[in-house]
Amino acid sequence: MSDDTQSGAYTFAYLDEQTKRMIRRAILKALAIPGYQVPFASREMPMPYGWGTGGVQVTAACLTPEDRLKVIDQGADDTTNAVSIRRFFQRTAGVATTEATMDATIIQTRHRIPETPLTEGQILVYQVPIPEPLRFLEPRETETRKMHELEEYGLMHVKLYEDIARHGQIATSYAYPVKVEGHYVMDPSPIPKFDNPKLSGNPATQLFGAGREQRIYALPPWTDVVSLDFDDHPFETSKAPHDCDLCGAKDSYLDEVITDDEGGRMFVCSDTDFCAGRRAEGHEGRLGGDQKSSKTFANSFEGIWPATAGAR
Amino acid sequence: MIADALTGGFTDAPLQSARAFREILEALARPGTIRQVSGARPPPPLSTAAGVVLLVLADPTTGVHLAGAADRPAVRDWIAFHLGAPLVRAEQADFAVGTWTALHPVTRFRIGRPDYPDRSATLIVECDRLVNHGPALTGPGIETATWLNLPETAAFRANHGLFPLGFDTVFTAGDRLSGLPRTTRVEKI
Ligand SMILES: [Zn+2]
Repeated sequence: MSDDTQSGAYTFAYLDEQTKRMIRRAILKALAIPGYQVPFASREMPMPYGWGTGGVQVTAACLTPEDRLKVIDQGADDTTNAVSIRRFFQRTAGVATTEATMDATIIQTRHRIPETPLTEGQILVYQVPIPEPLRFLEPRETETRKMHELEEYGLMHVKLYEDIARHGQIATSYAYPVKVEGHYVMDPSPIPKFDNPKLSGNPATQLFGAGREQRIYALPPWTDVVSLDFDDHPFETSKAPHDCDLCGAKDSYLDEVITDDEGGRMFVCSDTDFCAGRRAEGHEGRLGGDQKSSKTFANSFEGIWPATAGAR
Repeated sequence: MIADALTGGFTDAPLQSARAFREILEALARPGTIRQVSGARPPPPLSTAAGVVLLVLADPTTGVHLAGAADRPAVRDWIAFHLGAPLVRAEQADFAVGTWTALHPVTRFRIGRPDYPDRSATLIVECDRLVNHGPALTGPGIETATWLNLPETAAFRANHGLFPLGFDTVFTAGDRLSGLPRTTRVEKI
């Protein structure tokens, strides 16, 4: 091991020290201004943008050799994306990895918050594609900054209310906007709104990284986070009206999985570690617990997830 | 002087800065918790913790202000060699180091702009000791309440009142540090 870091001869977790200092400064300011998007100079990473380069840079800046890293993609530990990121940090940081939520010290996630409650000292790093919740209402960055500054969030409410007028309810089911500590409106990344209540009062530190858009934002532990709603249409979570077919869980977020060409289908926990843990404890769903894990199913049908997302 | 300046930095920067940053992150994510850091031996009067914070966060792109007794040749040389950070006036500082008295008046420091509240100073306040006893702290990062021996309350209450603007503070004593971001509500005493 060399101490010759000035020349960049030796790095920990891929990024050079100067880049990590810049990202670390951004993370600390993000923690000091919860929900506010701090700009940072995103670096080229050895993976395409859609693969969570923002989350990867945040994780790289936070990792220590003592960490146990868990990486999930839509709740699953073994999709191609999750496996690649986990291997990347095994290779560049020599860090231990785990699939167990409760054993992990840092969890990088795409599109889910684990079912197992997080604890103090854990860090949840979200991969974020579009950090600006007002972007689809106002394309100009100078204008959205002004809207955040003046807390001018009327347009956002109008958009949600149009949903109600059109569909009789708020149709937004992913990336459902939240207000942080009564000030900034924030995009929680494309998690299902089922997960929104877990954003608030969470004992873990939540960090959000957007690589292409070059933004970092954060929720310190125990931060107050409220999903936007209306007096006559309060925020409601939603999930498929089923129990998990493998572990029988009634209260977990489910993926619908097509099982054959004849339209056979099953509902399984999106959180594979949660489902496997329940089955190991002896819980059993409609299709029993003997042969396959939800992971195996989820993996086989990875490609069709986006197509089934609307069914929830 | 020069010999002093060349020593006391991290000997294994990637690992030492990673471990130290995590402690600083925990300190600012959970205000009032007291963390321990190691790896820096800056010249006096800088504490180990103040040296660690500078090594982890400051570099040629950030202005550092040395206040009071911290502003002496050995410290300036150490910062020049290990950080390459420009020394600046209080009004321009990204990081300012000194005792609470030396940093006064703290209204000099940058509090960010309404559209960029992150462009604000971080104060590194050197203290004799840190204990979880004193005014009550509440707010993000704190489940119910915690306590910390702040050097005063009025300035931090005023700073919190500027939210989302404001400076952020790291208290340092020996190898210990604790954080007080602008979000923290400080009990009036
Ligand atoms: Zn299940």
